[in-house]
Amino acid sequence: MKEPIRGSGYISFFWHIANIREVGISVFIIILIAVVSIRSPYFFRVENLRDILLDIAVLAIVATGQTMVILTRNIDLSVGSGLALSGMIVGMSVSSNWSISPLLALLMGMGLGIILGSFNGVVVTKGHVPPIIATLGTLSIYRGLVFAVSGGAWVDAAEMPESFKLLSRNTVLGIPNLVLFAASVIIISYYFLNHTRTGREIYAVGSNPGAARVAGIPVDRIVFLVYVLSGMLFGMGGVLWVSRYASAQSDSAMGFELQTVAAAVVGGVNIFGGSGTIAGVLLGSFLLGIITNALNLVRISPFWKLAMQGLVIILAVVFYTAISRRLQQTLIVRRVS
Amino acid sequence: MTSKTRILQKLFSPATLFLHWEWLLVLLLIVTAAINTTLSPYFLNMRNLVDMTFNFMEKSLIALPMTFIIISGNIDLSVASNLAMSTILMSTSFQAGLNIWLATLLGLAIGALGGLINGLFITKVKLPSLIVTLGTYALYRGVAFVILGDRAVTGFPSRFTYLGYGYVGPVTVPLVIFAILAILFGFSLHRTTFGRFIYAIGSNEETCRYTGIAVDRIKIILFTLSGLVSALAGIILTARIGSARPNIALGFELDVITAVLLGGVSIFGGEGTMHGVILALFLIGMTRYGMGLRNVPGQIQIIVIGSLLIVAILLPQLLRRLSLRVRI
Amino acid sequence: MSDYILELKGIKKNFSGVRALNGVDFNLRPGEVHALVGENGAGKSTLVKVITGVHQPDAGEIQFRGQPVIFANSLIAQRHGIASIYQEPTLFPDLDVAENIFMGRQPLRPTTRRVNWKKMYEESSKILASLGMSLNPHTRVRGLSVAQQQMVEIAKALSVKAQVLIMDEPTSSLTTREVEDLFDIIRRLRDAGTAIIFISHRLEETFVLADRVSVLRDGYYIGTRAVCDIALSELIHMMVGRTLGDMFPKEEVQQGKVILKVDSLTKEGLFYDISFELKQGEILGLAGLVGAGRTEVARAIFGVEPADHGTIWVDGRQARIHSPRDALALGIAYLPEDRHQHGLIPTMTVTQNITLPILREFAHLGWVNRTAEERTARTFAERLDIRTAGLWQKVRELSGGNQQKVVIARWLGIHPQVLILDEPTRGIDVGTKAAVHQLMSTMAAQGLAILMISSELPEILGMSDRIVVMREGHVTGCFSRAEATQEKIMTAAMAGRSGEANTTSTQ
Repeated sequence: MKEPIRGSGYISFFWHIANIREVGISVFIIILIAVVSIRSPYFFRVENLRDILLDIAVLAIVATGQTMVILTRNIDLSVGSGLALSGMIVGMSVSSNWSISPLLALLMGMGLGIILGSFNGVVVTKGHVPPIIATLGTLSIYRGLVFAVSGGAWVDAAEMPESFKLLSRNTVLGIPNLVLFAASVIIISYYFLNHTRTGREIYAVGSNPGAARVAGIPVDRIVFLVYVLSGMLFGMGGVLWVSRYASAQSDSAMGFELQTVAAAVVGGVNIFGGSGTIAGVLLGSFLLGIITNALNLVRISPFWKLAMQGLVIILAVVFYTAISRRLQQTLIVRRVS
Repeated sequence: MTSKTRILQKLFSPATLFLHWEWLLVLLLIVTAAINTTLSPYFLNMRNLVDMTFNFMEKSLIALPMTFIIISGNIDLSVASNLAMSTILMSTSFQAGLNIWLATLLGLAIGALGGLINGLFITKVKLPSLIVTLGTYALYRGVAFVILGDRAVTGFPSRFTYLGYGYVGPVTVPLVIFAILAILFGFSLHRTTFGRFIYAIGSNEETCRYTGIAVDRIKIILFTLSGLVSALAGIILTARIGSARPNIALGFELDVITAVLLGGVSIFGGEGTMHGVILALFLIGMTRYGMGLRNVPGQIQIIVIGSLLIVAILLPQLLRRLSLRVRI
Repeated sequence: MSDYILELKGIKKNFSGVRALNGVDFNLRPGEVHALVGENGAGKSTLVKVITGVHQPDAGEIQFRGQPVIFANSLIAQRHGIASIYQEPTLFPDLDVAENIFMGRQPLRPTTRRVNWKKMYEESSKILASLGMSLNPHTRVRGLSVAQQQMVEIAKALSVKAQVLIMDEPTSSLTTREVEDLFDIIRRLRDAGTAIIFISHRLEETFVLADRVSVLRDGYYIGTRAVCDIALSELIHMMVGRTLGDMFPKEEVQQGKVILKVDSLTKEGLFYDISFELKQGEILGLAGLVGAGRTEVARAIFGVEPADHGTIWVDGRQARIHSPRDALALGIAYLPEDRHQHGLIPTMTVTQNITLPILREFAHLGWVNRTAEERTARTFAERLDIRTAGLWQKVRELSGGNQQKVVIARWLGIHPQVLILDEPTRGIDVGTKAAVHQLMSTMAAQGLAILMISSELPEILGMSDRIVVMREGHVTGCFSRAEATQEKIMTAAMAGRSGEANTTSTQ
């Protein structure tokens, strides 16, 4: 029989690639936690950890949607504005009609998000507008609509029913609802992306859209789907945001889209699509949450937050690019020698 | 079909309109002017028109190097943040006692540095411009916030603020500065080797490397230029409004990129004209002015601009598809 | 009842007035390898697209197993068991082999409709084993060689139980050893009853592998022959419609001084200790298998990826080449393998493409003198007989052959002393090939020194004055035109990886 073809030697190698990002970022998180704990022992208290989880819950939810979009080689820059818009509309509805149950409010938000996401999806797939442009446009349109809908007025805590405010804050077995919502989203998304055909097709579309078409995968439909999912998730995020902060403002979540992209990129999601994991995004969200929390504890002004996010994105991308380039080179050398 | 009809068909076919996007812009410009005139009878007054330009000269300046960058197949999302960073540094150093003109030079240098950093990350580390400038979009704005927090710097001398709202004869200082730079940038793009290379890089970068074009060097120049001009725009803006805050020029990049794309530059690179962009700048400026006449608040105006951005891409695509169908 | 699995009769296809296929007949038996040959533009890919359902014929009929069918789209063709493998593998680099094989058709668990990973990996291993491959299905495709990726494509086709397998230029990026492996697999598939349509510009492969061969020319069906009943010259005659007198018009040229000298050039992992000389008027053939490191040497000389050690001498002086600009300044030009990626600026006009590297000559302080530019471009266009509606036409609208001429014109424009050609006639049909070779001879006669990298033995033997052979990064042989033979070159190119000499029967 023939000599075994080169492939067999690469097995261990690729298991490495699959896990190196998640392992790397976990290690980094652990180091960071250690450093911060030394500086400020308050960090490891339960209340603080719970605060971190609460802080990143909405981010994790929306970043999951963003990740699915990025996996297909697209991007959704409208998540922040979309979140604010759905949050504002639901907030206004709930404050003027106290009989709306929190669950109904949540569904409303998700429904609104689906509509907003569908618009994105249509512009990108049917209109063939590049995603950066399309979502840069809807970022503005949705943000403007928040103002148009609210007239510039805010919805504050007094106007909201208790049940709504408790939507995020109630606990089950000591764990806040908000965290449970996030956990469910993450688990469901994990299952969807890793164990369903459609989920795998999402990866395929991002990895090689041309090949996906040849394989009969309905590329446009999948891209539309991920925008709808992203919309549903930022809609959900919007309601939870308003519930948690007990306030709906026209400048809520400004720049939030950047955070979701940061969480994804830091979590190892390839900005060119085709690879990245839910675990990675979760870790990325964690990292961002820890950094913000640490900044507060160490008494660095909150104005550093934005700069740090930018720095983190750049460093993460440089790091991952360096790794993959090193791997490429090793592959080439191996092949020739 | 008579030959006359055929000529008319050709003149007004979607293909011609598409091929001469600039004519469409001129048409839209006329329409907008007409609408604005109905909103305010003083609109067509010369002085009024000149004053109208105050609102968008800074964005127009930034659009000039942005045009270069997008034609070269890249993008710069950090322009407004760079503007903020350099302006804040200029203002705080002035406040600390530095001579205003030296402070201005400092601001320009910071802006150029910010652009240079973008350029280096893109060429040396070989990262996509979208990601790098997304990061610096946050980083530079963040730096501005770190320095000034929620305070502001005011108290600029009048010889400085003259840059922002002074006049040179019948026209404004910013308009003059823009006109000069627009001519420089325009001719650079369309008539020099540098401009030709920008188109080539945007069209097929790899081939350019094989042809010996100094691709990396050109990209670094483009981004540095973008940073420099953003800083210049910041100087003028600060001079005009008389104060510097970290959230200055928030959201400018949207208008700038919209104008460039509306002007006919392809987001994929390799195509577009400077005169198209200038027309688009005036179109957007005039539209915003018209909305202002109707007291449409800024937050609503961005709905229009956002829609305009999407339409600016949709329309050529639609026309292309239509003209194809007409042909078959 | 026909014994053909696929039969096409009188197929016609127009594309906005251009007749791509003029009443083409084609039939395919199960268990045969049927070669489809013809020059570029003969209609081969259009015919394939009709068979795979991408295009619908304007006239004519298709019969599958004796029944008339209409392949309205590619999915319907696939459902009939027709699979195709193109030159560029259409795989998902970030996913593993098993997923690539089963994408869209992953086995599902009965109740939950979950992806059944275990079954997928088992099935994949089975299919790969049946092809004689011990590739681990968990391997991510990104790291695989082109040959391995093709195997995955074949495995994909097998997984859908393809009855008709179309292979379009499968060997262009393979080493000779990999080609043999591929041919073994094809023979195995054929013996198991699969029908295979095989398209390749390398006519020798037709004679090695195929049972029957069909020829297309300019969209017309010329004929089908059993491979054992036809000779190469007759086949070429059918393809070209004329006898190609001398395929390799090599003139005897008076050679000048040594214009390029390369000494101990080394780049870690790619090539080691490369030394040779090149004289004016000489054509030096750089032979070897794909992957031997020849292109890497060329790119090092041209400055795209400079070597780590070693020296380059141009016209007797040591040269520091750190970028293509340095190389161009010294008069070295490089025509890369991939013309489309690296050769042309599609959105620019013919003029602009030609003058790109010499633009500065027409510029005063950067300002470009368009009239002077046009004049020069026109001179070149005439010299090379580039057919266009006008020099202002965008290059992407030109035919492949004319595009190649534009690229060559551009390089002539810088009056190079040394021209490195990397696979100059790959993927080009017989007719244009001869034209390019003629051009090479003429340029050499005018004193140009040419370094020609080629994986086609006939081209190497026919055009080179001297031949340098590389294997896995090292120079393993050096022959003059007179003493070179196919065997010598192949031996130098192919000694076994574990150090044993591999006496191989060539194609």
